[in-house]
Amino acid sequence: METRIMTCIGCPMGCQLTVEVENNQMVSVTGNTCKKGVEYARDEVASPTRMVTSVVRVPGRKAPLCVKTAQAIPKDQIFACLQAVRKAHVNLPVSIGDVVVPNVCNTGIDVIATRNLD
Amino acid sequence: MRQVDVLIIGGGPAGLAAAIAAREAGVENLLILEREESLGGILKQCIHNGFGLQRFGEELTGPEYAQRYIDKAMELALPYQCDTMVLDVTPDRVVTAISPTEGLQQFQAKAIVLAMGCRERPRGALGIPGWRCSGIYSAGTAQRFVNLEGFLPGKEVVILGSGDIGLIMARRMTFEGCKVKACVELMPYSSGLKRNIVQCLDDYGIPLMLNHTVVDVAGRERLEGVTIAQVGENLKPIPGTEQYIPCDTLLLSVGLIPENELSTAAGVELSPATSGPVVDETLATNVPGIFAAGNVLHVHDLVDFVSEESARAGEQAARYALGQTADNGPAIPVENGFGVNGVVPQRVHAGKVDAPIRFMFRPRNVYKAVRICVDFDGQEVLRGKPHMIMAPGEMATLEVEPQLFADHPDVSKITVRLEVRQ
Ligand SMILES: Cc1cc2nc3c(=O)[nH]c(=O)nc-3n(C[C@H](O)[C@H](O)[C@H](O)COP(=O)(O)OP(=O)(O)OC[C@H]3O[C@@H](n4cnc5c(N)ncnc54)[C@H](O)[C@@H]3O)c2cc1C
Ligand code: SF4
Repeated sequence: METRIMTCIGCPMGCQLTVEVENNQMVSVTGNTCKKGVEYARDEVASPTRMVTSVVRVPGRKAPLCVKTAQAIPKDQIFACLQAVRKAHVNLPVSIGDVVVPNVCNTGIDVIATRNLD
Repeated sequence: MRQVDVLIIGGGPAGLAAAIAAREAGVENLLILEREESLGGILKQCIHNGFGLQRFGEELTGPEYAQRYIDKAMELALPYQCDTMVLDVTPDRVVTAISPTEGLQQFQAKAIVLAMGCRERPRGALGIPGWRCSGIYSAGTAQRFVNLEGFLPGKEVVILGSGDIGLIMARRMTFEGCKVKACVELMPYSSGLKRNIVQCLDDYGIPLMLNHTVVDVAGRERLEGVTIAQVGENLKPIPGTEQYIPCDTLLLSVGLIPENELSTAAGVELSPATSGPVVDETLATNVPGIFAAGNVLHVHDLVDFVSEESARAGEQAARYALGQTADNGPAIPVENGFGVNGVVPQRVHAGKVDAPIRFMFRPRNVYKAVRICVDFDGQEVLRGKPHMIMAPGEMATLEVEPQLFADHPDVSKITVRLEVRQ
């Protein structure tokens, strides 16, 4: 059994949660003020995900292209995703929503452009 | 001199929303002046997500949020001029601007919307000792370098101040391969959102050092390190608690101030609490025909409220320019009661309220089990819903229906206050 301390982000209270974890599953949680804290802890332990935003350099351009993952990706894939984004090649013109890296790190999620560039 | 009905200074989210609303209210002859090369304001560099949840019901990045308004402005074919810096505004609404293509220009405006946004507090305002070495930037400047200009200001970073921009930059620099060694905060709490503390610091093991400050910086040409120390209750460093952290970059995230040089030139009265103009419920300043909205009025943390507020300012400016507003008569003051700082609007024409008023302010402290109440002449007339927590880092708001004013035509003083459950 492992104990993890985390902060619930469900609301500005930011309750400090003490979570007992076994085999990557939550066993118990204390410190939450409401039941949203229980759900947060369960998800954070079992499958934490994050949106990733970054930029891609565009040859011959001063301004880089800003991008985001179309949905949140598993947290342990963040740096691999950034690596893939760094290597991405951009064909201009680009519009908001265009795919820059398809299926990034086999997550099934695309990295897409968040600005127009022509 | 060119005649303009509604002239909008600043092409960020505030200026765009104001211009769109002014056109929708029937003004053909309007103009947005923006000093940068494109529209969008500060949002262009805020590439992280978290914008627009209130307004669009989805989480957009800054550039995406801005683009929705830019698209709308293009669809309406709103006239705008970028690369144009406004230099002066007079009380009778003569606006002087300069641009590389048009040279010096003068406009006579029937109505003006001030939408110049805010700027970061610079190092000088903080009094950090040490040499003027390179490597010390405001967090927003660093954000601009990394996200818009495509270069990295350094490799080993310490962040002073835990406002949201500093937190966002901690993660951003980490993503670019930097080592962020600490985020140092003078107060016993962070002014940033919990979500940002968790997802920008905790996720990457970056320590948040509360009750600490930078007391010295080392390095002549380039920053070599900073000395930090713990502070006591009086916020003064405690001798003997100093520790040295080697780094080549120090980012300052120590607050924003509304950009009001032009407002002052125009004779607009400023509020010491917000550093922005004093306005009434129509966002009108004390100078007839001059309105203000967005971060120039008071520093917002949600762009959604900037858009809402600015649309109202644009609509009211349009009505003024079209001669649709009557003299509203005297306004009564809105006072900051217990726990309330910098309430906006500061004045209300109680007999003329025809739309809901959203009172906005910053709580003075961290309060738990708290609600916002409104008193008319010392008598409680409205109790907001209870909140588990309020903190200075998050703007508090309460919407008041026009009916409440209609029911109390003789009110002479409004107080907005917090009530903490005992
Ligand atoms: C770094 C940072 C991060 C943020 N993160 C978030 C977030 O995660 N979520 C969220 O909802 N909100 C966030 N905000 C807040 C939100 O972005 C702002 O509230 C919003 O951009 C304010 O809009 P504005 O139009 O008032 O000001 P701005 O966007 O600053 O626009 C003002 C414009 O006026 C122009 N201007 C100024 N002076 C002149 C002059 N003399 N002549 C001509 N033009 C002039 C400027 O160039 C600028 O384009 C963030 C703000 C900052 C600074
Ligand atoms: S547990 Fe409930 S009260 Fe506490 S931070 Fe999470 S959502 Fe808010």
